[in-house]
Amino acid sequence: MSRSSVKALAAGSASGWVGRKLASISVLPVMISLLILAVLYSVTIGRYDLSVTDVSYILMDNVHPLTIPYWDPVQEVVVEQVRLPRILAAVIVGFGLSVSGAALQGLFRNPLVDPGIIGVTSGAGFGGTLAILFGLQGYFLLTMAFLFGIGSVFLVKLLSTVRGRTSMLTLVLAGVVISAFFSAAISIAKLLADPFQKLPAITYWLMGSIASTNYLDVLLVAAAVVPSSVAIYLLRFQINILSLGEEKARALGTKVVLVQWIILIASALISAGVVATSGIIGWVGLVIPHVARVLVGADHQRLLPVAGVLGAIYLLMVDNLARTMTTAEIPLGIITALIGVPVFAVILRQLHAKGGWSSD
Amino acid sequence: MIEARNLTVERGGRIILRDYSLSLERGRILSVLGANGVGKTTLINTLIGVLKPKSGRLSIGGQVGFVPQLFDVPFAYSAFDIALMGRARHLGLFGAPGKRDYEIVRHYFQMLGIEDFESRAFNSLSGGQRQLVMIAQALTSECDLLVLDEPCAALDYKNQDKVLGLLEHLRDTHGMTIVFSTHMPQHAVEIASDVLLMTSGSKYVCGQTEEALTAANLTVLYDLPIARADFGGLAKHTYAPVFRHDGARFDV
Repeated sequence: MSRSSVKALAAGSASGWVGRKLASISVLPVMISLLILAVLYSVTIGRYDLSVTDVSYILMDNVHPLTIPYWDPVQEVVVEQVRLPRILAAVIVGFGLSVSGAALQGLFRNPLVDPGIIGVTSGAGFGGTLAILFGLQGYFLLTMAFLFGIGSVFLVKLLSTVRGRTSMLTLVLAGVVISAFFSAAISIAKLLADPFQKLPAITYWLMGSIASTNYLDVLLVAAAVVPSSVAIYLLRFQINILSLGEEKARALGTKVVLVQWIILIASALISAGVVATSGIIGWVGLVIPHVARVLVGADHQRLLPVAGVLGAIYLLMVDNLARTMTTAEIPLGIITALIGVPVFAVILRQLHAKGGWSSD
Repeated sequence: MIEARNLTVERGGRIILRDYSLSLERGRILSVLGANGVGKTTLINTLIGVLKPKSGRLSIGGQVGFVPQLFDVPFAYSAFDIALMGRARHLGLFGAPGKRDYEIVRHYFQMLGIEDFESRAFNSLSGGQRQLVMIAQALTSECDLLVLDEPCAALDYKNQDKVLGLLEHLRDTHGMTIVFSTHMPQHAVEIASDVLLMTSGSKYVCGQTEEALTAANLTVLYDLPIARADFGGLAKHTYAPVFRHDGARFDV
């Protein structure tokens, strides 16, 4: 092969690479700026009115203390203890669900996949339900949800591995089976639960909410989401290749099995962390990657970060609706489904019309 | 370049190829012919390393590039995105393509004359264009052996001619060794130096095109009369099937 002729090119035009670098950064900074604006705006809204300036000063005070704070200490508590933790939780949860959704859709070569498909969501849901049923709260609930979520992924792996080989199709089917099993188990738990105290607690928890988030919850969900998202992002080019199909990826020299398992485990960690702290929030991981694909195309190098930031903005806005629309909190899962379903229906029709994906 | 001794390959617990031996020198073109289901794809998957032989020895003296049969991608990747994936082998697990990788892809796009549609969606390209993009993908992996699974299937005559011409050009200018499967003996007549006629999983004929590619061997291969046909006035010939021989009818 004429490697010398390739080297001789080094002096030639690099507009392709530079052009692509520009394309990849022009959307992302806009998205990140929007996210920062969305965060600032979200701190101001609520029953206790604050201006963006007040919020900025209160937050700045932590980094660079002002000599004479001019604001009411109550305002500081509202900003730093009530609103900021749940805003951070919304950002992290939205980011994690969207990144893992985009990665799983690429891995399974199927735009209808979401983080719930590998069984982890309903597994973690059952763990949390069980904790509430036994009267366990707080960190016991988190731990139970997390352990059952991770456990269900290993069950799925066990079910889908035959003679040391795991097919991705069998894995999806095993995920559906395990999800159905844990859904039934949740129903049994609800049936056994005390209908006045525990049943409503279970029901509301499952519908998804980040209303009572504190900084420790934020830390826990960040500990699950941040390293997993980094691992997924590092595999961004491998996900491109795997989305051509396993055999083609193998022919291109990719370590198929290793990449598949890193992504599955990272996604499981994200989902388990999210369900443990926030309950079941559907549709984000399914819909947001599609919207991001419209913005930056299918290449996962550009798609993953944009999908993550877009998901963060989206879930933050949804949470703002959840806490301000009515006097009572609306569970997040309900709003994400109400918005997600029609948006997804439109995307699905457009994809179909454009022939942008095949069903095999 | 390829040295296979007593190769036996299994797929799904069933032996597909038994005791295959073949060798191919650097800079030669091998055409693989055989009926559907005889194991052409299995052989190709073994050569590219996707399938491991159950027994026997296979050694390949260089990097292998693979061009699969025409396919759709599940997402709206551009032609350039697809070709760039050929760089995978050079990037490592956590790597992403950099400036040099983009230059290499661009180089092959220019060489194949397809730079005009590098930003077009892969799925929107015609069969002939996709085949060129996939050949570009294989070339960007900087391979020494190019393996193609039915590169001319689903292409019109003009595009078949173009692909065959390109393969010969790659052999002549880059010293590329090429293996391709086909259902048309004419493709082998035109560019192959060697042919492999796969009659069954354990019976095959392998040799230089002039000796092994004969009407008699092809008749056995396809279980159908095959006749040699010379093009009047051209120093060229082909092999064509005699369909509905003896007024053959479909019977159950």
